[in-house]
Amino acid sequence: MSDESLSIFSPHLAARFDALAARYPVRRSALVPMLLYAQDEIGYLSDAVINEVAARIGISELEVRNVASYYSMLRFKPVGRYHIQVCSSISCMLRGADELYRSFQKELAIGPEGVTADGLFSLEKVECLGECAWAPAIEVNYDFQEELRPEHVPGILASYRGMAGGPGDGTSSLGRKSDTGKKTPHA
Amino acid sequence: MPRLVSHPDEVKIVSRRFGKGAARIDRYLELGGYAAAKKCLAQGPEWIISEVKASNLRGRGGAGFPTGLKWSFVPKTSAKPKYVLVNGDESEPGTCKDHLIFQHDPHAVIEGAIIAGLAIGAKLGFIYMRGEYRGLLEIMEKAVAEAYAKGFLGKNIFGTDTEFQIITHSGAGAYEVGEESALMESLEGKRGVPRIKPPFPAVVGIYGGPTVINNAETIATVPHVIAMGGAAYAAAGSARNGGTRLFTVSGHVERPGVYELPMGYNLKKIIYEVAGGVRGGRALKAVVPGGCSTPVLLPEEIDIGMDFDQVGKAGSMLGSAAVIVIDDQTCMVEFALRTISFYQHESCGWCIPCREGTDWLKKTLTRFHAGFGTAKDIDNMQYIAENMMGRTFCPLGDAAAMPTLAFIKKFRAEFEEHLDGKACPFAKHAKLVVV
Repeated sequence: MSDESLSIFSPHLAARFDALAARYPVRRSALVPMLLYAQDEIGYLSDAVINEVAARIGISELEVRNVASYYSMLRFKPVGRYHIQVCSSISCMLRGADELYRSFQKELAIGPEGVTADGLFSLEKVECLGECAWAPAIEVNYDFQEELRPEHVPGILASYRGMAGGPGDGTSSLGRKSDTGKKTPHA
Repeated sequence: MPRLVSHPDEVKIVSRRFGKGAARIDRYLELGGYAAAKKCLAQGPEWIISEVKASNLRGRGGAGFPTGLKWSFVPKTSAKPKYVLVNGDESEPGTCKDHLIFQHDPHAVIEGAIIAGLAIGAKLGFIYMRGEYRGLLEIMEKAVAEAYAKGFLGKNIFGTDTEFQIITHSGAGAYEVGEESALMESLEGKRGVPRIKPPFPAVVGIYGGPTVINNAETIATVPHVIAMGGAAYAAAGSARNGGTRLFTVSGHVERPGVYELPMGYNLKKIIYEVAGGVRGGRALKAVVPGGCSTPVLLPEEIDIGMDFDQVGKAGSMLGSAAVIVIDDQTCMVEFALRTISFYQHESCGWCIPCREGTDWLKKTLTRFHAGFGTAKDIDNMQYIAENMMGRTFCPLGDAAAMPTLAFIKKFRAEFEEHLDGKACPFAKHAKLVVV
């Protein structure tokens, strides 16, 4: 990119992008992982992220959107700092995934794909996470937790609140500044 | 951290290094690692392919295509570079075997990819892992860096003039990408929509170059095939089904887990002996033998050997060897709904029978399970599923239709119990579920 001053990528992310793009025989192969890594840092695929990735890869913004909309992990709106994904596929369903999901909903008092008012948590029902033998499972950002029961939910939430330094320190991707925000712990 | 399980009937070949710290290269070397790759360098491509053919190793992703034969389809000379692509997009509900390979034995994947590269004359391999496996991707990236540092990957692998490089690649959430041509599209930075075949990847693959695509378990098995010898590996399995398989046993069993058992091992024994039987001593209602897409079996149909041919003869498929066990408290209409919801979510939308069919099946099943079904719905669902079969470019349409047809055929009475506004007969059990 010729004008670095326009970049919303951190120097770390920009360096990662350059390394990634240089690895592949064809630069465009870096597109999908790059969108994911940018989302990890910035929280979601904002217009600015899409524009910058498009410019860096050398394809149109429309083309980036066309690809990004295919992948379920890529999102166009912010989520909580801790994005709780509850597996709902058959192996987890058989071992109580629905009860687990309802327990998260109740404790967080949010609806499907909702975000808590303090921006700390968001909740999503997802398809198979590849944890079938250790069901039911969740993935919080990139951290798996296995063999859960509804009564584990308050403890799980408390541990993330503890990591965040108390409820609502305002570091969710909702309010995060694109260039200065703290990293999510697993990004 | 996923729990490792063990049973005396297991034959640990692919899983023999699980739980032994082999993600570190020094430990992997202590445990005999990279000896197979060195041997292959000395022996050459024709020898490698003949050993893999002799091993009767068949694709572990689910299709069961003979690996040695697949490799032999790649043209010896090619104007474009050739590639190896390891499919680690593990997403078939019920399946989590590659998860353990990436976690405990990443170097086996690297070594297997080197051997595949030597066999077909490729200088570059890709390890594509699903985006949700970020922690596992980091383990793999560390292992790749170690292999480069030791000179096992690079321009001159193991001090020879042979080149082999590996690039690790993260997906971003898509089941469909597990289909090999969609996987290549995704790797090229596009939507994961399948390609029309022919040409097959062995002739025109990534960036137009000949490409061998193998499941991560298949690739991780290759070094063991070389180390044991193809014939010895074949002898560990059943006829035309070489070696062992990582069986993921999930659902209502006492001891769910990933067990490595010989090909042809009895399904009933997997459930009642290896996995400790149905949870809480309940009665068995049904078994999905090879992952979400494979037709369900009834309790009287499970006295069969688990290999591609025997499960096929029983009217289902071995698929990804994911055994999903269902007890008598489960509503099969709800189970069907959850199965179809998955395919409706994952259909890429290219082929109309799949896109529309999964959507109509989901809508009908949702209404049906809520107590608003009509008798005609049952025949309609069968009609929709029959018309999806074989009418799509990739197997996702079939993967949704096949289990649907089996649910309707084998549990028609249970569908009928939901008719006339009656509440789900299993709803009363919902509160009793104890994990």
